[in-house]
Amino acid sequence: MTALLSLSRAMFKGFFRDRMTLFWAVLFPLMFLVLFGGILTDRGAPKLEVAQIGDVAALDRMPAETREALEQSVEITRSDDEAQALRDVRDGDLAAVVTEDGDRLVVHFSQADQVAAARVRATFQGIVDAANLARTGVEPAYALDPRQVEDESLETIQYVTPGLLGWAIAMSATFGAATNLVNWRKSGLLRRLRLTPIPTSSVVLARVGVSLLVALGQAVIFVALAVFAFGLQLTGWWPLVVPLVLAGTLAFLSIGLLAGAVSKTEEGAVGLANFVVLPMAFLSGSFFSLEGAPGWLQAVSRLLPLRHLNDAMLDVMVRGQGVAAIWQPMLILVAFAAVCALVAGRLFRWET
Amino acid sequence: MGARIEVAGLTKTYGDLTAVDDLSLTVEPGEFFGLLGPNGAGKTTALEMIEGLRRPDAGTVSIDGHDPWKRDPELQRRLGVQLQSSAFFERLTAREQLATFAALYGAPPARVDQLLAQVGLEDKADARVEKLSGGQAQRLSIACALVHDPEVVFLDEPSAALDPQARRKLWDFLEGLNESGRTVVLTTHYMEEAEFLCDRVAIIDRGRLLKLDSPAALVRGLDAPTRISLAPEAIDEAGARGIDGVEEVTVHPDRTVLTTRRPAEVLAELARHDALHGLTASGATLEDVFLELTGREYRS
Repeated sequence: MTALLSLSRAMFKGFFRDRMTLFWAVLFPLMFLVLFGGILTDRGAPKLEVAQIGDVAALDRMPAETREALEQSVEITRSDDEAQALRDVRDGDLAAVVTEDGDRLVVHFSQADQVAAARVRATFQGIVDAANLARTGVEPAYALDPRQVEDESLETIQYVTPGLLGWAIAMSATFGAATNLVNWRKSGLLRRLRLTPIPTSSVVLARVGVSLLVALGQAVIFVALAVFAFGLQLTGWWPLVVPLVLAGTLAFLSIGLLAGAVSKTEEGAVGLANFVVLPMAFLSGSFFSLEGAPGWLQAVSRLLPLRHLNDAMLDVMVRGQGVAAIWQPMLILVAFAAVCALVAGRLFRWET
Repeated sequence: MGARIEVAGLTKTYGDLTAVDDLSLTVEPGEFFGLLGPNGAGKTTALEMIEGLRRPDAGTVSIDGHDPWKRDPELQRRLGVQLQSSAFFERLTAREQLATFAALYGAPPARVDQLLAQVGLEDKADARVEKLSGGQAQRLSIACALVHDPEVVFLDEPSAALDPQARRKLWDFLEGLNESGRTVVLTTHYMEEAEFLCDRVAIIDRGRLLKLDSPAALVRGLDAPTRISLAPEAIDEAGARGIDGVEEVTVHPDRTVLTTRRPAEVLAELARHDALHGLTASGATLEDVFLELTGREYRS
């Protein structure tokens, strides 16, 4: 027991004192979280800036409460210089210029920003329809009642944290195991350990223990940063992240052992680990949602362990799902770990 | 304390190369035993089979009746090993390194600091292993082999990569290693090292055992002449040739050298003539034995 502990301690110190590994495995994914959380945090669309030239009845005679609602999303300024205002629209400084031409409401907009263009058209179509309806004096037959299905606080951070955490776990587990194995074999430490009274399984157990510990530490830092700095709202079942992180670590640890078993140098192992993990992160929706991806890509992504880890993390951290959402992904991850570890064991060499 | 090592018919081949060829020897408990040979002679392969790190193609190794290849933890706790290349846990300090090895062997950590001082690394206790010089790393590696106070110690070229001063210091440290009855087996290609440290030496070349005896017996068996060097004014050439037992006289500007196989008689005669001024005498060394046996220059 003392032997296992001190072997783990030696391994952990080796990992923790290695600035390069620490950066790539821990800090680098955190930087992505800051990037995604900080820059994209407010995806609520900015207000449309619209210039009104002269009188526009549909806007001027609008009931006060309708006008107030409109100003939540549109900022209307009056201007006399129509030519300048039109130039501003062309340059993208204004979303639209509104004028009145008899019974027509004229909206000048630029198609350069397609989202803004669509919003401008929809907004003013609504204004014209409302004005027309008001003129008829008929009570509206239908009312719109928009309701968001997610928690009201749903922001980008909710989507990116689970996926980025999955990627971070994958990185540190794969890299840690791969470089550890290659370095120890290259330096001859594995041979030296073979002559100590500890069984081989102790070396593997220590590696597993250290990887799990590092992954849990990462998860804590990740979630804490997302919650306290970027306002991540966790749902009731978020502690289920812990078993998911553990199962995910096992899966990627075994990929790392496999990469370490076939690589001769540390550089080779790192390259191979990158070659596996980075494309997998993209294909598993770590950086962006795969909802719009073609069917064959979806099918490929379902073969990847990270996809299952990411989906399950999203389910328990944000979507408020419980134990039912994780048992299948956990099974897949553990089975994946077992297969990879078996192959890695077959390819294992004590010395170069 | 101490264990008997019996090696019988040990053989290892790699493709066409026979690295170790039918090696048989016995190391007695408490003995300081050397495997001496040029690089590529098969010393390390032989030692690693004895340690249990390589499986012999043929032959047996027994350490107090145990087969080291079977990896019996009880036996392994009694063995201390220093491999040819220093193998350390990366980014640990010298002290952490030793403490970790102590724990792996289930030994108390108490010896760590004492051992660091013994190998002259107390100043480097908190330095990471990557910062150690070649010689310091070598000494730490030897300390790692000794941290659990083993009964048998295997050292593979312990003084490789050391400068002459460091080598001399290491010898002083290693010299007393078998005093408490510990068995020590080391490989070396330094004749001086084997002569200084070992009770018995096995000379190996091309995987074969050429000769096994104490260094002194090996040298005596060689029947090599002794060279007596004197200051030029001590004796003239004719006088030197007149001494019974002198085989050859060479006159150099700064010294006169007499070659003899009966050094005691010649020295007594020189003393009678009061002709010992500037005397130095050198006999055969293990190197001469080695060259005699292998018949070629020692390859480094």
